[in-house]
Amino acid sequence: MTTQVATEEKNYLQEGHTLASWLLTKDHKRIAVLYLISVSFFFLVGSIAAMMVRLELTSPRGVLMSNETYNKAFTAHGAVMIFFFLLVAIPAVFGNFLIPIMIGARDLAFPRLNLLSWYFYMAGGTMFLIAMMSGGVDAGWTFYTPLSSIYSNGQITLALVAAFVSGFSSIFTGVNFIATIHKMRAPGMTWWRLPLYVWSHYAASLIIILGTPVVAITLLLVVFERVAKIGIFSPELGGDPVLFQHMFWFYSHPAVYIMVLPGMAVISEVMACFSRNKVFGYKFVALSSLGIAALGFIVWGHHMFVSSQSMYQGIVFSFTSFLVAVPSAIKVFNWSLTMYKGSVWLASPMIYALGFIGLFTVGGLTGLYLASTGTDVHVTATYFVVAHFHYVMVGGTLLAFLAALHFWWPKMFGVLYPEAIAKWNALLVFIGFNLTFLPQFVVGYLGMPRRYHYYYFAPEFQVYHVMSTLGASALAISLITPAFYLTYSLFKGPKAPPNPWAAKGLEWEACASPPIKHNFHGVPVVVGDVYDYDAEAEERALRGLPPKETH
Amino acid sequence: MAISLNKMNQPQDVVYEQFEDLAQQQETYVIGMWAFLVTEVMFFGVMFMSYVVYRWKYQPYFYALHQELDWRIGGINTFILLLSSFSVALAVHFHQKKKKMQTLACLGFTNLCALAFLVIKMLFEYIPKWNHGHYPGPGFTWDNPNIPGNIAQLWYSLYFGTTGLHGLHVLIGIILFSVLMFMIAVDHPAITDYLPTEMLGLYWHFVDIVWIFLYPLYYLMPK
Repeated sequence: MTTQVATEEKNYLQEGHTLASWLLTKDHKRIAVLYLISVSFFFLVGSIAAMMVRLELTSPRGVLMSNETYNKAFTAHGAVMIFFFLLVAIPAVFGNFLIPIMIGARDLAFPRLNLLSWYFYMAGGTMFLIAMMSGGVDAGWTFYTPLSSIYSNGQITLALVAAFVSGFSSIFTGVNFIATIHKMRAPGMTWWRLPLYVWSHYAASLIIILGTPVVAITLLLVVFERVAKIGIFSPELGGDPVLFQHMFWFYSHPAVYIMVLPGMAVISEVMACFSRNKVFGYKFVALSSLGIAALGFIVWGHHMFVSSQSMYQGIVFSFTSFLVAVPSAIKVFNWSLTMYKGSVWLASPMIYALGFIGLFTVGGLTGLYLASTGTDVHVTATYFVVAHFHYVMVGGTLLAFLAALHFWWPKMFGVLYPEAIAKWNALLVFIGFNLTFLPQFVVGYLGMPRRYHYYYFAPEFQVYHVMSTLGASALAISLITPAFYLTYSLFKGPKAPPNPWAAKGLEWEACASPPIKHNFHGVPVVVGDVYDYDAEAEERALRGLPPKETH
Repeated sequence: MAISLNKMNQPQDVVYEQFEDLAQQQETYVIGMWAFLVTEVMFFGVMFMSYVVYRWKYQPYFYALHQELDWRIGGINTFILLLSSFSVALAVHFHQKKKKMQTLACLGFTNLCALAFLVIKMLFEYIPKWNHGHYPGPGFTWDNPNIPGNIAQLWYSLYFGTTGLHGLHVLIGIILFSVLMFMIAVDHPAITDYLPTEMLGLYWHFVDIVWIFLYPLYYLMPK
């Protein structure tokens, strides 16, 4: 591609400057940008709620908020972060932007459905914000019955409808990805040449279409129980509240993999590029995504070891939960081995990716403590659990989101950000994160229950909580900083070349930065394997040596 | 532009800009529809799962309660839905052959069946039960001493929840069929090939299959 052509042609950002050209767009790249702005907003809302929670816990007596306000704060934090950030962030922003480009297509299969999904997401998000502002929701993001169906007075109904509507946004995205990946691949882009990014998103989409409807209808049944007093989960009518937990976690455990599989997708790309190496064991990593998706559906009972589930069921769910560690471990080992004999380049996306591997490993291994029925009884509903899932969700998904943001920012907007600040910031995220959540493992093991707004019964826990709040403050600073330097780069950053990282893949090699409206000139034809990096050849070129002789 | 009833005057076989050719476009649409139907199966899966759990727990009561339903009315409705499934399959066939009149006639018959299903359900099942106070909620009245009132209410919750969700799908089907028929009748430019009929047909078969499972579970329960 000649640069002259690329500079003369309009990129997708220049295809229209009116508000309508954005709000009515069917271009997957523009919808991705809409999503990027909206998920950042909801991330801010969820973070403010998190800071309220952390501030409250600096004092053992809980002086800042009443227990009811505290319940509303942690519910807002959990629900906003899960339904409106983690489930959406990577698939709807980077999946939307990159999947068509990576497989050599002009757009997703159903562009209008894609736009509709953004409107559903915004409708759900707005309803949830209204619920928060007009009385709040205090049932926890899990909405357990009978608290949510009978006893709670908050705006539960509106919040449940919000989650239901945003679930449809997820379903639309999943359906779109599946049809696109099946049918829209460019000539030569076989299944075994797909970037691992696409494989992981495919697995996550399968979970979305199999799981999301289940929780949607379950939440709707709770709405009916609140409004019309029908009683599927009502003990008064012979119903079983634990059935709600089963159906809720049938989705919500696999939902963890909807959140983390797209994160893993990002890490595979980043590790390959910044190790200048093929991803070790490509097929194993690809299939482990499907393995996680399949096994993820048979582990939900580990959320109910203490909810009157039978002991034998507990044993089976404990065993399957251990099994799901296998494909996760395959990924971690293979990413680590990707660096072996590679040529590691510590750019900011790579620092986030390395952080992901470390934190996800800690999160995964502490998950095994919780999957063991015996230890789980001791740490159920303590800060140990809180720390565990934050290691997976924040250490996993959020770090992957930041890695993706830094890796593909030059591609999405055609500008380079100040790399030095980005690197130090990545380090600060890692430190701040560990300072926040490592103490929670300890204090949780010592017996600090989750969802309590005070701990006057054990004032010795204060030191851990203060450490955690300090860490959270550092984390907050390190999460706001990218907003500044990335926005700055949009206006003042140097122009990015099409492939600033010398990375492999259609989005880097066959596509301008930012891409043109239909991504490619004509249809790209794919030959050769994915990730054909050659660290040695690159180094020879760098040192002015002739290419290595092949026999 | 004069609208003819005998042949289709739409711009035929348009390929949208994200696709390479018509075959790819049509296959993609069908895959998308099947993926959507998977989500629908999971939707109803929750209702079936709840039914299984509670029937397991309260089988004798559930057997007694199922006698509240008339299997003949359910049977007639089953027959009506099977007929409608057959006619929608014919509609797809005629649309492939681009025979407008026959397509419209088959879709119309399907819609008539769907409407008949809902009318029968309302007149002979929902409204009489409602009048007897047999609906879940605070107004629930129950005077059969052999069955505890709360179990009866649970059973009616399941019955109204599941058949109501199914009825909602039938209603959505009626609306979509009407819109499709109108668009075909006026040669709307968005109808460029038979795929809309095919996809709506898939949806309709799914709605029928759900009923095929609902009917024996609620109307033909063994002792």
